[in-house]
Amino acid sequence: MTETDTAIETDDLRVTYTADQSVEALKGVSVGFAENELTTIIGPSGCGKTTLLKSLNRLHDIEPSAEVAGDVYVEGEPLYDTDRPVPEIRRKVGYVPQTPTPLPMSIYDNVAYGAKLHDDYSNAELDDVVETSLRKANLWDEVNGRLDAPGAGLSAGQIQRLCLARSLAVDPDVLLCDEVTSALDPVSAKEVEDTLETLKSEYSIVMVTHSMEQSQRIADTVAFLYLGELVEKTGVETFFEDPDDERTERFVAGETIVDTP
Amino acid sequence: MDRYTEQRIADGLVRAATAIVLAVLVLVVGVTLVRGGRALLANPAIVVTPPGSTYMLDGAGGFLHAVLGSLLVVGPATVISTVLAISTATYLQSDYSSERFAEYANLFLNVLWGTPPIVYGVFVLTIMIGAGTRASLLAGILSITVFQYPIITRYTDEALRSVSTELKETTYGLGATRFETIRVATRAALPGVVAGVIMGFARGIGDAATVLFTAGGSTAMPGGLLEPATTLPILIFQQATSFNAEVRSHAYAASFVLIVTVLALIGASKLLAGRFARYTPGGQSE
Repeated sequence: MTETDTAIETDDLRVTYTADQSVEALKGVSVGFAENELTTIIGPSGCGKTTLLKSLNRLHDIEPSAEVAGDVYVEGEPLYDTDRPVPEIRRKVGYVPQTPTPLPMSIYDNVAYGAKLHDDYSNAELDDVVETSLRKANLWDEVNGRLDAPGAGLSAGQIQRLCLARSLAVDPDVLLCDEVTSALDPVSAKEVEDTLETLKSEYSIVMVTHSMEQSQRIADTVAFLYLGELVEKTGVETFFEDPDDERTERFVAGETIVDTP
Repeated sequence: MDRYTEQRIADGLVRAATAIVLAVLVLVVGVTLVRGGRALLANPAIVVTPPGSTYMLDGAGGFLHAVLGSLLVVGPATVISTVLAISTATYLQSDYSSERFAEYANLFLNVLWGTPPIVYGVFVLTIMIGAGTRASLLAGILSITVFQYPIITRYTDEALRSVSTELKETTYGLGATRFETIRVATRAALPGVVAGVIMGFARGIGDAATVLFTAGGSTAMPGGLLEPATTLPILIFQQATSFNAEVRSHAYAASFVLIVTVLALIGASKLLAGRFARYTPGGQSE
């Protein structure tokens, strides 16, 4: 595998939830995600996958009970230790949630919404952004001609691609996907996967998934999280065929992981 | 007694209870509509005719003053309380306040909601006495605003709370500010917000106790913000206790106007909510 540049990386990232009792969800994770690659984060439920993903664009800021220590760097720039406005940071790192979530507006406005927040587009330019983003998300042919219809009227798979298009419209460098196919039927999931595969030539994609098959199908690199720690991050083939860590081996084999003391 | 007999008795009880409630509802609305309709059919002009100087004695003229007074009191009050309610409810979301604060605030709002309207009336009356003013349209607006505020705020808060976390994460993730996010959330919550506003309006237009001392129960057309005014519920009370049969029949006509207004508003809110719901997942499709 060739050495690639790092798009986004964490440095000793710690996230603690303090709601009822203090729980350290991430225990000092340092991991880099390569440019123009699709990296999947896998691991058992509750191991901190989504926590890691959300810390990559400061979504924990809106959760009062989450405390973040350490830092994240996007192309060398710190995300946390910075004076830049958080919205400017978030536009560079797009986020697609697990549940297909349309904004309460038309298909067109769903895609245009983020773009309009950041730049003053003329109507023609905005039309252009919307079309380009929908084409990139492989949705244009299905919605062209009914862009004024409510986004919520689409199927779950279409909404998930609408969410992708919406994120692409603000021109991010990194795309974070949180189990974006888990709520979809196999056909729709395949369409989203295909879309992601075509997108990685332009964007660096970090995707949380439960499915090892999915990782095998679309990932370039796989990162394995267990109990809030990064166990291993390596190329997809090595990961599934010849992992370094015994815990990875057991996880891949579908066995219970016994924590090594 | 075997289980199935118990089951039959329970079925019978819930059905009977529902039937009683429905019958009362039909009776109340029916009697008002029939008697009010009769009075209105006999003389439809009374709704749009200002009262004569002897209206309360012999029913000369009509009760336009109360129809207009109701709209002039409750319309502005609803606008003001809606703005206040949306602002408060926004502040109570996790984007601004801690769960604990929101809980206490909601408890307080529930207490306000449960406060008898006459207390609001007395409250505003106290202010009026302090300020040395007499009953006026403005004081009426003020007291109805205070009365509607907790109702609309609780509805709006519940509606905003039901907006999915993912929606907020989505807009924040796109680089929206807190204000931009809450605007989208409010849009997603519109069916609930509209229901709250309509409920506030309906309760406000139907309430007599709040405006009894504050608006003044005037028997003339509303003259200005600082002039006394009256509303339909007060008028109905005055009419129904009149010794003139003609005036008493007008009480049904005024009730007819009031009930039809409230029913129309509830219908309108259902329609509006349906329109907005098309834009939220699980809402009715086109």
